[in-house]
Amino acid sequence: METGNKLQRNAFALAVISGCVLIILLAQFKVINLYIQSVIMFMGINIMISTSLNLVNGNMGEFSCGHAAFLCVGAYVSSITSVLIMAPNDITGAPFLPPELAVLVFPISVFVGGVVAALAGILVALPSFKTRGDYLAIITIAVNYMVISGIENLSVVGGPRGFMGMKKVVKSMYELADIPWMMIFVALGTIFCVLIIRRYVSSTYGKGVNAICQDEIAAEIMSVNTNKVKLVTFMLSSGLCGMAGGLFAHVVGYVNPQSFNILKSTEAMVMVYLGGMGSLSGAVISAVFFTFLLELLRPLQILKWVIIPFTLVLLMQFRPEGIMGNKELTDVFPKLRKYCRFK
Amino acid sequence: MEVLIQNIINALQWGSFYALIALGYTLVYGVLLLINFAHGDIFMVGAYIAFFLVIFMLGNIGLDPGITLALAVPLTMILTSGVGVTLERIAYRPLRRKGAHRLYVVITALMCGLILENGNLALLGASRKRFPELLETTVYRFGDVSVTNLKIIVILAAILVFFFLQFVVTRTKIGMAMRGISYDKFAIPLMGIPVDTVIVFTFILGSGFAGLAGLLFAMSYPVLEPYMGALIGWKAFIAAVVGGIGDIRGAFVGGFLLGFIEIGVVAIFPSTMRDLFAFSILLLILWAKPTGLFGLARHQKI
Repeated sequence: METGNKLQRNAFALAVISGCVLIILLAQFKVINLYIQSVIMFMGINIMISTSLNLVNGNMGEFSCGHAAFLCVGAYVSSITSVLIMAPNDITGAPFLPPELAVLVFPISVFVGGVVAALAGILVALPSFKTRGDYLAIITIAVNYMVISGIENLSVVGGPRGFMGMKKVVKSMYELADIPWMMIFVALGTIFCVLIIRRYVSSTYGKGVNAICQDEIAAEIMSVNTNKVKLVTFMLSSGLCGMAGGLFAHVVGYVNPQSFNILKSTEAMVMVYLGGMGSLSGAVISAVFFTFLLELLRPLQILKWVIIPFTLVLLMQFRPEGIMGNKELTDVFPKLRKYCRFK
Repeated sequence: MEVLIQNIINALQWGSFYALIALGYTLVYGVLLLINFAHGDIFMVGAYIAFFLVIFMLGNIGLDPGITLALAVPLTMILTSGVGVTLERIAYRPLRRKGAHRLYVVITALMCGLILENGNLALLGASRKRFPELLETTVYRFGDVSVTNLKIIVILAAILVFFFLQFVVTRTKIGMAMRGISYDKFAIPLMGIPVDTVIVFTFILGSGFAGLAGLLFAMSYPVLEPYMGALIGWKAFIAAVVGGIGDIRGAFVGGFLLGFIEIGVVAIFPSTMRDLFAFSILLLILWAKPTGLFGLARHQKI
C-alpha cells in the first residue's frame, strides 16, 4: 500500500484527533472560557450516552427507556472509587494513595464504574431473552426506578442528598500539571466509546445485532446465538454508558440520584431518535446538536422543555427517521469513504 | 388485625388510582398497540381542569359544594376527554395515516406528555395549587378501623368503572369493533367499521376516566403540581403491563396489586424503600410471566 493512500484512508481519524487536540490546546491557553469548555465536555459525554443507547435501541431494535440507570450506576461507582482512594472522606478517613497518582486512579475508577454498570446491564439483558418490545421497555423503566430508589436508600453514599468529593480528586490532578485534564479524559472516553461501538457493529459477530433487529427468529435459524448477542450488547451498551456516567460525575463534581431519573433517560432517547435509529454518525451529530440546543435555549428556562419536545413532535411528523435515518455519513456522502478506514 | 384491615383499605384506595389510570393505558394499547405515554399527564391535566372548574363554580358563581361536585364530575370527564381526543387528532392520527413505525408514535406520545407537563409549569408557575374541600369528611369507625367517605367513593368508582368498561368492551358493538381493530387493523375497515370513530371513542373513554381519577386524586390529596402525573403515570403503566396490557381485567388487577405492594412495603419497611421493593417485585413477576398476568403471548409468525 502506498503511503499517500494510507494517509488518505486515515484522514478522517486524523481530522478527529487533530480536532480534539485543537480544542484541548484552546482550553489550555484559555482561548475558550470555562463555560464553553464545560459545554464541550457535556457534548462528549452526551455522545457517549447517545451512541451507547443507539446500540440497543437502534441497532438491536429493542426499546430501552431506562438508560439513565446505567449512567447512575457508573457515576456513583466511579466517584465512590476515586473518592475512597484519593480523597479524605467520612468512610475510610485518610486517602490511600498520594494525590500525585490521581491521574492514574481517575481513569481506572471510570473504568471500574463502566464494569459495574455493565454488570447492572445483566439485569435488563436476562429478561430480554424471554421478552421484547413493550414488555422489555417496562423492565428498563423498572430498573431505572430501582437503581434510583436503591441509591436513595444507601445513606452511606449520601442517600437523596447526593454524593460529592470528586472535586478534590480533580483538583489534585490539576495540581500535578495545569493542563485541561478533564477535557482530555472526556475526549479519550468519547473516541474510545465511538470506536468500540463502530468496531463491534461492523464486526462479523456484531452483524448478529442487526440480524436480531430485522428478525429475531430468522437470526436464530441463521445460527446467531441470540441470547449471547443480546447479553453482550446490553452489557457493552450499559458499560459504555457507565463510563459516561463516571466522566459526568467528575466533570460536575456532584451527583444525586434524582438527576438520573426518567427525564434523563428520555433525553437519551431523544438524542437517539433525533439522530436516526441505528446510525452511529447520526447519534454523534444529534448529541452535539442537542447539547448545543439545550445551551442555546437556556435563557428561556422552563419554556425550553416545551420547545424541545415540540420540535421533536414536528420531526416525527415530517421526518420520522431522524436526521440521518438509517444511514451513516459515508452513505450520505460516498466520497467520504475514501477518507476513513473501515467501510 | 386492625392495622392490617386499615392498610388493606388504604391499599384499595391507592390501588384505585393506579387502576383508573391503568385502564386508560390498556384501552388505548388494546386498540392501537400504542403506549400512550402522555396518559399520566392527561391525568394531571384532568386534576387541573377539576381545580379550575371547582374554583370557578365555588368562587365566581357561588354554588353549593355538593352541587359543585355533582357538576364537576361530568364536566371534568368531558373536558379531559377533549384533551385526549385533541392529542389524538393533532399528534397521533397524522402519523397513523402515514403508516409510520409504531415507535415514532410512542416517541410523539412521550413528547406530548413533556409538553403538557412543562407547558403547565410555564403557564401556571411552580406554585402548588391547593384543591378546595368539596365533600365534608365523614369518618366511619369500626373498632379501630376508620374509613372516610371519600375512600369509599374512590374504591367504588374504580370498581364501577371497571365493570362499565368490561361491559363496553365485551358486550357492545363498539367494544367488538375495538377488539377487532386490535386483532387486524387492515381487515376491519373493509368490514365497514369506521376505524377513526372507534379510536376517538377509545380515547374519550380512557381520557375521561383519567379525568375522573384526577378529580378524585385532587380531592384525596389536595395538592396539585405539574409533575404529579409523571410518576403515577409511569407506575400505572407498569401496573397495566404486569396485569397484561390490552386486557381490562389485567389493568384492574395490576393497579390494585401495585397499590397493595406499595402500601405493604410502607407498612413494614421505611417508606423510602417503597419504589425499590415495588419495582423489584414487579420485575420478578414480569420475569416469571413475561406477558403479564392476563396477557396472552403473541406468537410471532415466521
